[in-house]
Amino acid sequence: MAEQPILEVKDLVKHYPLSQGVLFRKQTGAVKAVDGVSFALGKGETLGIVGESGCGKSTLAKVLMNLERATSGQVLYKGEDISRLSGAALKAVRRNIQMVFQDPYTSLNPRMTVGDIIGEPYEIHPEVAPKGERRRAVQDLLDVVGLNPEYINRYPHQFSGGQRQRIGIARGLALKPEIIICDEPVSALDVSVQAQVINLLDQLQKDFELSYMFIAHDLSIVRHISDRVGVMYLGKMVEIGSDLEIYDHATHPYTQALLSAVPVPDPTARETRDRIVLSGDIPSPANPPSGCRFRTRCWKAEDRCSTEVPLLAVPSLLSGPAAHASACHFAEVRQTVTT
Amino acid sequence: MPDLIEKKKTEAVAVSAPEKPEKARSLGSDAWQELRRNPVFLLSAALILLLIVITIAPGLFTSVDPRAGDLRNHYLSKPSYGHLFQDDWFGYDGQGRSIYARVIYGARASIIVGTCVTAAVTVFGGLLGMLAGYFGGWVDTLLSRITDIFFGIPLLLGALVVLNAFTARTVWSVVFALVALGWTQMARVMRGSVITVKQADYVTAARALGAGTPRILFKHILPNAVAPVIVVATIALGGYIATEATLSFLGIGLQDPTISWGIDINSAQNVIRTAPHVLFFPAGMLSLTVLAFIMLGDAVRDALDPKLR
Repeated sequence: MAEQPILEVKDLVKHYPLSQGVLFRKQTGAVKAVDGVSFALGKGETLGIVGESGCGKSTLAKVLMNLERATSGQVLYKGEDISRLSGAALKAVRRNIQMVFQDPYTSLNPRMTVGDIIGEPYEIHPEVAPKGERRRAVQDLLDVVGLNPEYINRYPHQFSGGQRQRIGIARGLALKPEIIICDEPVSALDVSVQAQVINLLDQLQKDFELSYMFIAHDLSIVRHISDRVGVMYLGKMVEIGSDLEIYDHATHPYTQALLSAVPVPDPTARETRDRIVLSGDIPSPANPPSGCRFRTRCWKAEDRCSTEVPLLAVPSLLSGPAAHASACHFAEVRQTVTT
Repeated sequence: MPDLIEKKKTEAVAVSAPEKPEKARSLGSDAWQELRRNPVFLLSAALILLLIVITIAPGLFTSVDPRAGDLRNHYLSKPSYGHLFQDDWFGYDGQGRSIYARVIYGARASIIVGTCVTAAVTVFGGLLGMLAGYFGGWVDTLLSRITDIFFGIPLLLGALVVLNAFTARTVWSVVFALVALGWTQMARVMRGSVITVKQADYVTAARALGAGTPRILFKHILPNAVAPVIVVATIALGGYIATEATLSFLGIGLQDPTISWGIDINSAQNVIRTAPHVLFFPAGMLSLTVLAFIMLGDAVRDALDPKLR
């Protein structure tokens, strides 16, 4: 990445205060949903973010979209910190960063026609398309996402889940953004439809030079679409690298455990492969373990893990594809994972 | 064989061609298309239209003064009655007044109280509920506590106190009393509805697009949150008409020179065994009016919800 990344996140923190008391509210703690996450997204790149439920993936997306205010840290869009913007400046930035939502059944207003839903960005940002051309622009967008432009006057409930998600994607594309944050865009869809939507996103990326941040918990889909992958656990990024580095040379025990849970289509390999079954549940983000957050479920944990927070850095002992950022004191490749 | 292929092609074209180009239709015009074909709506709308015409121009329906009594027509003196649309159509009451004329003139108080109270309560209560639900935090705390305080006042007792403060009680003092005490229900329904709707992804999507608060409130939240309020409002409309009648019945609402179904029901209750028709006609009109508004509200709610089509 020689050129400046289009989106850079530095030490992003989002804590939700926990308070007690009816009249005099007193803060007693905080849910550390996102706790010091850093990464960069290059132009035209797809960064996959994976992790189990409750690890802070969706909160991360909301903070990047400025739907939630960051507690601290920076979100740099082309070098400018957008996490503190408000008013007209924020509105201008929104043109460049858009979002595709998880559930296509709740992300479209049931009382608006498809034309109104996709045309709404133009009403909010009238400078993008003059009034006379809006209908044309909306029909073009429907065409781009593979829907019949004749459908412009229909309501969302007249479409299937996959078609609805296409409408959501068209809305995200309307302002011609450079970055699209996809928050589990296919997890609510049928498996057969998932592939169509993923391929559409792939095609749109080529056509419009989009950068994607792709949040998901399905590792196979993330591998298919991502150039780089980041793995999150309990509000922290534990490992980040290219898809080859993560999927074939994972060095963090949590990533290895995740990968070992991916279903394998080959029945013979299924018999022989080594599954890592983690014990216990994910700890509460209101009271995370000291030191390394994964230590309570990690088979490698030692005393050092409870006192020293492992930094997300390239381990000095490793080389080749294994040498990518991993937040573990004992990072090493485990060569039993078959995917 | 080439014939067959050719035939298949034309068939395919015929299938893929849209039957007719879809016209641009708004939610309102869609709802109207739906309502036009709904017999329940047509019936209730016709009834309400008739009541409104009666309210505006009662003189079109009867030429008799509803206050003019002739004791020769007292119900015990067995006057003839039953001539369609004549002043003796429904018979005469204990003062020898035409019940038909009184039913016609009595519609005005009921319709004005019902529609004005419902409109004011929906706008005022709905607005407060929407602000409380959308903004949350201290705004919600403040508005909800005020709502609770008003909610704690019993309707009849409160209306008694409020109406006693007026020296001359008119329809408008009854409207004022009912609005002052009745808005809390709408505020609560709206608040709950808005809290549900504001968490929907399409609201988040609108915020992500940069939509301002007015646009989010009136384009995304209000249309999706208003359905339960419409239902409650239409049921309440009938209720307000009934409450006005109750207040008049109890003697703290409208007073005698004013004509109201409630007053007539009150005076008729003493003679229910000797002359049930004196009670039947004002009470029947009251029930019919309440029913018409409830049916209308039901039909409108169904038409405004695209999911029910």
